[in-house]
Amino acid sequence: MYIIKELLKRKLALLGLLLIAVIVLAAIFAPWLAPYSPEDQLADGLTDIGEPLAPSSHFWLGTDLLGRDLLSRLIYGARASLIIGLLANGIAVAIGALIGVTAGFMRGWFGAALMRFTDLMMAFPSLLLAIVLAAIFRPSLWIVVIVISMVNWVQIARVLYTETTSLSEREYVTAERSIGASTFRILFRHILPHLIPTITCWATLGIATTVLLEAALSYLGVGVQPPTPSWGGMINENQSYFQSFPWLVFYPGIVIAVLALSFNLLGNALRDILDPTLRGRH
Amino acid sequence: MPAYILRRLIQALLILLGVSIITFALLYLLPADPARQVAGRTASVEQVQRVREQLGLNLPIWQQYGRYLWHLLQGDLGRSYLQRSQVVDLVFPRLPATALLMVGSIFFELILGLTFGLIAALRRNSTLDQAIMAMTFVFVSMPAFLLGLLLLYFFAVYLGWFPIGGYGEFKHLILPSLSLGLLGAGWYAQQMRSSVIEVLRQDYVRTARAKGLSRARILVLHIVPNALLPIIAMIGLDIGYFMGGAVLVEAVYGWPGIGQLTWQAIQQLDIPIIMGVMLVVAFAVAMGSLLADLIAPFVDPRIKLR
Repeated sequence: MYIIKELLKRKLALLGLLLIAVIVLAAIFAPWLAPYSPEDQLADGLTDIGEPLAPSSHFWLGTDLLGRDLLSRLIYGARASLIIGLLANGIAVAIGALIGVTAGFMRGWFGAALMRFTDLMMAFPSLLLAIVLAAIFRPSLWIVVIVISMVNWVQIARVLYTETTSLSEREYVTAERSIGASTFRILFRHILPHLIPTITCWATLGIATTVLLEAALSYLGVGVQPPTPSWGGMINENQSYFQSFPWLVFYPGIVIAVLALSFNLLGNALRDILDPTLRGRH
Repeated sequence: MPAYILRRLIQALLILLGVSIITFALLYLLPADPARQVAGRTASVEQVQRVREQLGLNLPIWQQYGRYLWHLLQGDLGRSYLQRSQVVDLVFPRLPATALLMVGSIFFELILGLTFGLIAALRRNSTLDQAIMAMTFVFVSMPAFLLGLLLLYFFAVYLGWFPIGGYGEFKHLILPSLSLGLLGAGWYAQQMRSSVIEVLRQDYVRTARAKGLSRARILVLHIVPNALLPIIAMIGLDIGYFMGGAVLVEAVYGWPGIGQLTWQAIQQLDIPIIMGVMLVVAFAVAMGSLLADLIAPFVDPRIKLR
């Protein structure tokens, strides 16, 4: 309740929430909202010499190189971005939490080995690794989800590791141990609850990173494959003609940025609210 | 100090070893057949088999890796499958272009990011601060290629101030560097702002004010150096992030650097080049963070390298 009250006080967080709501609703109700089918090459979708149509009252955002309605493709494209953003980031956070908390709580050789592996993964540039992985496996929506979660868990694992180590040094944990509390009790009653704020922030901010990563993969042609409409993929399809038909690149680009921006705004507000060390500074 | 550097170098070597093992293992999972790729679509089964033996792809994976490592220790990154030359000869001539792009974008990142971050912090909660922060959020939310295409369209196609693509002269460097630099500038501005706000609350700043030091003196001698400290560590880590962005921005501008080479190699499954680039990048990341850690004590003498 406290969090919601605080969120409602912040204009930028509200803006983020509003934009997310609009995009989510567009994705869910795409078949009712989209004026045309996203994959139909419309008979009146190209000019006489076969060029895409500029935005008009008929096609609000114009048509693409194949005579498909751009607005409809954008509305349907929200689905791929949201599914990948939520799912890939969710899996990444879960993996990161599992590895970070285990390594921080268990210590010993097993924890150390997990952390060395995490450090090793940090040496990989994530985008480069994702591109290689996506190119290796035949890309599809689900492969993209797996690839992104495989490269994006690393940072959250590092952060949660540090927090877990510091938490398990606290006196109340020692006290619990000394009265014979089980490891599970300590973990679930005294450590995990304290990690929830951090996990929430990362789960939100991470969606922005994920959306951008997905867009980058699709832009390079190793993301979601046509004919499934995806925003990055639309830029990839249309970019060679962007000097003549710039809207084909700019509209998908803008919606990618808007989606990432809204999660960044929300996540940043959550961090301000949830991180007690920052409280009162803004 | 020398002992510290030596230990960090050994750590870097271990990381490189790990990176090479993981990359090698991943590429081995490849569903496509590199031998078929090299021999060409029309090659017969026997020809493909011969190529496979030539490349050593018929050996068990640990033998393949052993061979790779043995050559690597002698400074040999192997031979490209498709371009008939050594990986070293393909990667190193392209390093200057990417390094130039990196210097250019780090320049913009720091100049813009630190300046605006500082201004935002000093004018905290003003309209100017809010405007700057809003801009930083827009920049960090933009995909690098979109920013690249936007700048390209506006400044090169529409205004005609800069060339659309190309390489070699100073004017070619500006737009690609800005495309990468503005994203980073958003990050640095946010970090710098919170870092400066943190420093402003410190006792020594209050003491300096109480002593009657001039505002400029406090700013230059007390606030900025202390605020820069967390930023330096960021620059070291930036190199890895940068290499990913370079693939995208080099693709937008046709910049002849490592990014383009990598992207081409990935599409053609030219494993030796991919391996080589991964190792070079991991090495650069390790050196970047080592350099950042070595510089830190000069900015803050309290830091001891252990």
